[in-house]
Amino acid sequence: MSILKTPKKAAEAANTASVTVVQRGSAALTFRRLRRDPGSVIAFVFIVLLVLFAVGAPLIAALTGHGPNEQFRDTGLTPAGIPVGPGGAFLFGTDQLGRDVLVRLAYGARISLIVGVVASIAAATIGVVVGLLAGYFGNRTDTVLSRIMDLVMSVPFLLAAIALVSVLGPSLVLSISVIVFFTWTPIARVIRGQVLALKRREFVEAARSLGAGHVSIMFRDILPNLMVPIIIYSTLMIPSAIVFEATLSFLGMGVVPPTASWGGMLSEAAGNSIYLAAPWLVIIPGLALLFTTLAFNILGDGLRDALDPRAARKA
Amino acid sequence: MWRYLLSRIGFGVLVLFVLSIFVFALFYIAPGDPARVLAGDKATEAALAQIRANLGLDQPIYVQYWTFITNLLHGNLGFSYRSQLPVAEIIMDRIPATVSLVFGGVVIWLCVGIPIGVMSAKAPGTLRDRFGQSFALVGISFPSFVLGMMALYLLYFLPAKAGIQLFPPSGYIPFTEDPAQWFWHLILPWLTLAFVSAAIYARLMRGQMLEVLGEDYIRTARAKGLTERRVVYRHAMRSAMPPLVTQLGTDIGLMLGGVIVIEQVFGLLGVGSLAVSSVNNQDRPVVIGVVLLGGLFVVVVNIIVDTLYAFLDSRIRTAA
Repeated sequence: MSILKTPKKAAEAANTASVTVVQRGSAALTFRRLRRDPGSVIAFVFIVLLVLFAVGAPLIAALTGHGPNEQFRDTGLTPAGIPVGPGGAFLFGTDQLGRDVLVRLAYGARISLIVGVVASIAAATIGVVVGLLAGYFGNRTDTVLSRIMDLVMSVPFLLAAIALVSVLGPSLVLSISVIVFFTWTPIARVIRGQVLALKRREFVEAARSLGAGHVSIMFRDILPNLMVPIIIYSTLMIPSAIVFEATLSFLGMGVVPPTASWGGMLSEAAGNSIYLAAPWLVIIPGLALLFTTLAFNILGDGLRDALDPRAARKA
Repeated sequence: MWRYLLSRIGFGVLVLFVLSIFVFALFYIAPGDPARVLAGDKATEAALAQIRANLGLDQPIYVQYWTFITNLLHGNLGFSYRSQLPVAEIIMDRIPATVSLVFGGVVIWLCVGIPIGVMSAKAPGTLRDRFGQSFALVGISFPSFVLGMMALYLLYFLPAKAGIQLFPPSGYIPFTEDPAQWFWHLILPWLTLAFVSAAIYARLMRGQMLEVLGEDYIRTARAKGLTERRVVYRHAMRSAMPPLVTQLGTDIGLMLGGVIVIEQVFGLLGVGSLAVSSVNNQDRPVVIGVVLLGGLFVVVVNIIVDTLYAFLDSRIRTAA
């Protein structure tokens, strides 16, 4: 496809001997469309910075000279035992134990990002496989798998999650498992619906008449056609996983203290209502959490519009 | 239609059965000895054995489950390890606060979310639509406990420090005791709960309306010369609503879990905060009771929604 931007240029090109044809793959086209959306660009830059912030957590700790769990009872607390506000030696202030909020925020970002990414990849994988199986085989397989999805969706998940965590004891791995268990169903439903439509298309029939087996048809013929919803849904699952983890930590059922996590920091701020005297203990991790989920949601929406321009025009 | 409804009810029973096995198994395999929790660290072995026998903990698991399920069907949820009060009674005490919170929250989020969604869909791409969309995006991204804590700080603490009692700090006043205080104490929790959901409904409504407004019958209605107001509110709204009703059913059903965080932040003694405190106290009968109640709630609300749907949708109503 030649890219001829204006009629004038087209005319000039027509006169010249050779027309330069720039061929762009769908990835390049998607990227161009995404780049034109300022919201997505800002969100993407924010996420890159956040990743750098999380990766550089030890560096920040070294630069400030404050460990993530180190308590500065002399410099980090006023004589009355009140945390020190932002500025000076503690850029984001200190918490109720005199720990550096900036350093803890950086270490907390690691938890949020790991949980967000790992949980959504795992949940998307399960959801895609189940959705593929249900949609492709149909009949009894579909009935059973759809019933299981309905079952998981009718469980009040936060209640079940805290019951589970209370018995097995809180940990990062358990948090991720619980999040995966309760979030794979929406994507499975979407994939199932798509597969139901795709499996009647000619290219599937062609593959079958060439002797392709079920597994080959599902994963080599159908799956590549599902990449758009998979990318969009996985991106949009990251913010919900991050909030889910923060909620578990906030309720004391997630990451075990003193390990820093954003939900845990907010929970400690809520304890004894210390945040009323030291509002930065809520504002800083709270805004970090808000901006992170906002960035992933904006990027997810932007990706949807860029990958599927028809949907974007309709919406 | 009866066959359809029966199958939905049957599925509801299956959900509750699986959930009961889930919670029961969970607490059976759990480390920690309930007898020890009850009796304290200084209890003798004989006393512990006595407590286990009283609770039936020395029986095989299937006998325990059978006792548990027959008691359950008789409406007997057992007794709290902590307070020795019947679990059903403890939960009933907490229901008014949770129901008050959910009810007001739902009313507010529907009254805010639906108009914003309609407003966006009426003029896609305009400034108003951008505003509506931004509201939806921020609302969806805002974790409710962060919002609640910020609201408490800005609307309760700062005014209180300046000497203005704008909102009460926290707590729940029963409606029967003082309706005005009840309302006043619930405003901030309601707004916090409603903000996030209003955003989701605004988005959902916008998507539905855009789809419906593109249909042929809407063009026909406009061609007939109907006012835009009538087209939007009478013709389009009617077909845009059903998916929202389904969503509302799911959301209200799952609310019991969803309000946990808000009850924690605002110190409301509802079912959600009961779940958290009984988990922390290792009070298993109460935890089991709350989880089952949560499941029952989901099942009942879903059956109500399905029934409504069956009446609204002639394809289901006339089938079999």
